[in-house]
Amino acid sequence: MTPLAVNLAYIAAAVLFVFGLKMLGSPATARRGNALSAGGMLIAVVATLLAQGIVELHWIAVAALAGAVVGALAARLVAMTAMPEMVALFNGSGGIASLLVGWAALFGAGAAAGVGAAGVGAFTAATVVLSAAIGGLTFTGSLIAYGKLGEVLPSGALLFPGQRFVNGTLLVALIVCAVLFLQDPTPFSPYFIALVAIAGLLGVMAVVPIGGADMPVVISLLNSYSGLAACAAGFAINNNVLIVSGSLVGAAGIILTNIMCKAMNRSLANVLFSGFGAAKAATKVEGEVKPINAEDASLILEAASAVAFVPGYGMAVAQAQHVVQELGELLEDNGAEVTYAVHPVAGRMPGHMNVLLAEANVPYDQLVEMEDMNPRMANVDVAVVIGANDVVNPSAREDENSPIYGMPIINVDHARTVFVLKRSMASGFAGVDNPLFFGDNTRMLFGDAKASIAQVIAALKG
Amino acid sequence: MELVPVYLAFILVLSIFLGFELIAKVPATLHTPLMSGANAISGITLVGAMLAAGGGGPDWVATLLGAAAVFFATVNVVGGYLVTDRMLGMFRGRKAPKKPDSP
Repeated sequence: MTPLAVNLAYIAAAVLFVFGLKMLGSPATARRGNALSAGGMLIAVVATLLAQGIVELHWIAVAALAGAVVGALAARLVAMTAMPEMVALFNGSGGIASLLVGWAALFGAGAAAGVGAAGVGAFTAATVVLSAAIGGLTFTGSLIAYGKLGEVLPSGALLFPGQRFVNGTLLVALIVCAVLFLQDPTPFSPYFIALVAIAGLLGVMAVVPIGGADMPVVISLLNSYSGLAACAAGFAINNNVLIVSGSLVGAAGIILTNIMCKAMNRSLANVLFSGFGAAKAATKVEGEVKPINAEDASLILEAASAVAFVPGYGMAVAQAQHVVQELGELLEDNGAEVTYAVHPVAGRMPGHMNVLLAEANVPYDQLVEMEDMNPRMANVDVAVVIGANDVVNPSAREDENSPIYGMPIINVDHARTVFVLKRSMASGFAGVDNPLFFGDNTRMLFGDAKASIAQVIAALKG
Repeated sequence: MELVPVYLAFILVLSIFLGFELIAKVPATLHTPLMSGANAISGITLVGAMLAAGGGGPDWVATLLGAAAVFFATVNVVGGYLVTDRMLGMFRGRKAPKKPDSP
């Protein structure tokens, strides 16, 4: 194909990406949208393979086959609860691919025209720096996120004295290396190697201080970076389809990041640098928890005409989504109106709970967003909180000393009765930072979430 | 030739605005598939990787870097699209018949 034909194909691919993303915005069309976007990718790839610049195919064939096998197996085998880690890994592989493309561009490889083997222009070199820095940071950052989400690494925030100083020094070193490299942009410049290494180190340092509950922000941000890295690689090789697609993804990731930050009432800087969760100093409230057993819970649920389930990360950990759906269906058959109220940052990635509930066959029209749920909460007979804590904590509304003060929450305490499923808790008087547990209308159902709900189901059926 | 970077920057700016407009109104229900679907699109770097690996460049190192990039980008593209499709296959409306649980 001539360069003209290839570029026309790229336009078609870009159009399909745009329509695909647009259709991902509605549950009814999302699957077709994804297929459309995959079709765009296929067009771009085939056009590139047929381009005049491609003279040997065997390397591509071997690497693409291996990559396709690995990708397909990973996508097929991953458990839905492990989806956050999987997305992190895919982000990382995109990041390192962009780094490598940028590096290869230093040899003059992949560039459209006008670049000799001896060296590259200043503009290309600068964009290679960007793609290597962003790509490297995305790669190692994603690996750390993967480790934390999969609990290979400790999932808490890791803070140490002088952290900011170390990070600042690394950033300065990165910039110095970039400037030195740009003086003489050769493929094996020691400054370039150092730049890649520092970018990798920065990725590690950036994700290490971020605690588990803040992971939705980090995943969205890394998603954005993987797009920006592709975009920078596009500049390095003068390829417009990389620029268009990369910036679409970059924008999408930034929007998601912003939504996640808003849902926690925090700025991005605060999430990235404060090490939230490490130093909580909420006012401890005291009171008496009122436990309930599965049988009594089932009696109350049987009499309820409106039930709202509020899932959190604990539901994913307990793998309780299937029993929750079963209970929901039982209650529906019993004539109750059943909804699932999902907080935007519940879980470890944006939309985590929705995916799990969809996996368990909950229809998407029963999944209600926080803003739509709260006005209806007063009419809910029973709100069932499963493994959620911060996102239903009333001190976000009331306690100005609370670290989560100001964060929008699901107002389960406005429901007539609240069941909180919790693994265990010191009975009687105890200090906790969630006053919900001591609410007059709150009943605690202690035990493993999955087992507790199974007992309630058994009691309802029995 | 010197205007090329400017044209590319032009494309960049417009695409970013387009991206903001496209994504801004996605319901929270679909945030995960949106993210992984967008992630699959960022695997477009595969195009650059293929040009580097198959360009018959002057240096075998460049070819090797390109081949490695092809591998990682393909993982990203194939895995990303398939996993998104798998997730979206599970989203269904109230009326749809129930599918037996997959193992």
